[in-house]
Formats: sequence, C-alpha cells, structure tokens
Amino acid sequence: MSKIILIIDGKEVEANEGMTILQAAQSVGIVIPTLCHHELLEPYGGCRLCTVEAEVRGRTKLVAACLYPVEKDLIVRTKSQQVDKIRKMILELLLAHAPDSRELQDLAKEYGADKNRFGKEPSFCIHCGLCVRYCAEVTKKNAICFIDKGTTREISFIPEIAAKECWNCKECFSLCPTEALQAAFVLAQALAFPAPTE
Amino acid sequence: MKGDTPGALGLRLWGRGMSPTYARADSSGLGERRRSRQKAMNSDKIDQIINTHQGQASSLIQVLMEIQEVNHWLPREVLEKVSEQLEVPLSRVLRIATIYKTFSLTPKGRHEVHICTGTACKVRGAQRVLDKVQNLTGIKPGETDMDDKFSLETVNCQGCCTLGPMMQIDGKTHSRMSPAEIADALKKYE
Repeated sequence: MSKIILIIDGKEVEANEGMTILQAAQSVGIVIPTLCHHELLEPYGGCRLCTVEAEVRGRTKLVAACLYPVEKDLIVRTKSQQVDKIRKMILELLLAHAPDSRELQDLAKEYGADKNRFGKEPSFCIHCGLCVRYCAEVTKKNAICFIDKGTTREISFIPEIAAKECWNCKECFSLCPTEALQAAFVLAQALAFPAPTE
Repeated sequence: MKGDTPGALGLRLWGRGMSPTYARADSSGLGERRRSRQKAMNSDKIDQIINTHQGQASSLIQVLMEIQEVNHWLPREVLEKVSEQLEVPLSRVLRIATIYKTFSLTPKGRHEVHICTGTACKVRGAQRVLDKVQNLTGIKPGETDMDDKFSLETVNCQGCCTLGPMMQIDGKTHSRMSPAEIADALKKYE
C-alpha cells in the first residue's frame, strides 16, 4: 500500500491510501472534534463538526474530515477562524435540541458557543445516527431505525425485534452523545406500547 | 401484547413519540375498526408483486409503490412480509415507508381527493377549494372520513397550472374548481 504525505496543521503526516483526514490526524495525535464518528462504523458525515479546511492545488475548501480521503500534497487546517465559526454555529444549533448534553456543553465551552442563541426545541436527538448505525452494522440486529423525515425525523425501536434483542444488549445507550436516558425512554416506550400490528 | 387496545393508550402516550404515523389513525379506536375491515389485501397479490421484481432488495421502493397502488395503504403485516421476502431489515422498510409521502401507513378511503396547493393554484384560490372540501367531507388533509369514503391530501404542483385551482379525485383531474362546483363533483362518488 502506497504512502501518502500530507500536511495537517503545518505538520507532515504519513498516511495510507484510503484513510480519511480524520484518521490521519488521529494517528499523529491531532484532535478534531466529532459527534457522529465511531471507529467501528462506516463514516457518516452527519454532524459536520469535524469540518476542516482542505487546500488542494492552491484552492481551499471546507470538507468533513471523517469522510474526505487523504490525497497527495493535501494541506489541512483543523483550526482557523472560519472553521471555528462553523463549529460554533453547529454547536449552537445542536444545543437547541439537546441543551443538557454534557458532551455538547464541553464543546460549546471550547468554541464559545451560546446555548441560548436559538430557541430551545429539546428533542434530545441530534440525529447523529450512532445508535441506528451501530445496531445495523455492529450488532446486526436492526432493532432501531429512523422514521419520518425533516423536522419530524426521529429514532424508533421496532417493538417486535426490540422485545427479543434489546434487553440484553443496550449497547447503543452509551453511544448517545446527548443523553443515554433518551434511548432508554424510547425503548421502554416501544416495548410497553408497541405500534398496533393488527 | 397484541390484545392491547392501542387506540386508547396509544395516542396520548405516543404524542410526538414513536410511530406517529400509526398512532394518528388510532384516535377513538376508529383505525382499529377500519383495519379489521380493510384487511383484504391477500398475500397472493403481494407474492405476485414481489415475484415480478425477482425478490430483489433493490426494488424495495418499487414493490412498496405497487402494493400502495393496489391496496391504498401499507399494513404492518405487509411491511413485515416484504421485509422477509426481500431480505431487507424491517428497520429499513419502515424508514423508507415513513420517508416518502406516497406511502400511507394508515388505511385510506375509497376515493382519494388531492388538492393542489402549488403556487399557481394557491393564487387561483386553492384555499377556498380546500376549505369547501373540508366543510363537505368533515376531514382535514391527511385524514379519512368515518365511512371510508374520502381521504383528503394536499399535493404540490401537478404541472397543470393553467387548470388551477385543481382537484384530483382518484387520479381524475377536476380543473378550475369553484367552491360551488365541488359539491357536485363529490356527489358523483360513492
């Protein structure tokens, strides 16, 4: 496998072909904040918090580090005024949904995000898809899914499968960046009041 | 759990919670009654539809659309069957079935009334048409009346703006509707 040399934050980094910017950065200990990323799962690019500046042949563009593959002579800046501004905005928007999330609050402190900037609409779910993807890709149970679309999109356990599988698993609970209790609530709801099947 | 009365419990506790599309139909147990009456969708027909697509997982949307066309809605057991036969996880089938407006997870009436609320129809008075239809049928968009006669839906531009305000009943286009004409049009349907 051929090695690719790229520059991240002024530092020369050696990466393998097919790696993403995020993986390359993590291999040398450069921290890029993420919410929807998980090592065991396929990259998703849902939260966009890992947005970085990528410079290719003199042109700079904003890309999601968890999705963008490394290439030769790529120059990456993980911190810049513009990147910080974008992350701050993303955090403020997410905080409107999950104002009490520890993980979000810590990040908000770092980027100076104001959790009261937007009117609160606590749905707790920030649609990172970690639970849904973990259930599909790692445990392969497919007990939880996204339903509906747009502003009404939400996670939902499938009662028939959840009743059999979830009680002994619950691995998705700890993945949630907002509040593990929320998943517990949705699960309990699915088990106690399954959608009418008749 | 099958013996529960989801109508009574479901609506209040579901709220904005799980399976809103199922819960909505269940106020006052109406959905339950309708469901038992409309259970007619036979499994031969489903098998036939799935067979024409050689049971390929990639034709999930096509299969669902054809079932929707025949049956006018997608009962839970049909979704389970499709998931089984196409070897697609039920979670994905549910995601697809809830994301597109074409699919209905609640029983529909015998006649589907679509009222265009696209820009052109809107300025030509779609709201008045909609109000009149709501008045006559007693249902809001997205609902089905008590006798399973009409289901009302608002739709976006159907591409015939010169005919606006436009109303479709079972795919038949009624053009330049004035509120007075609506009653006559609806009367023709049983």
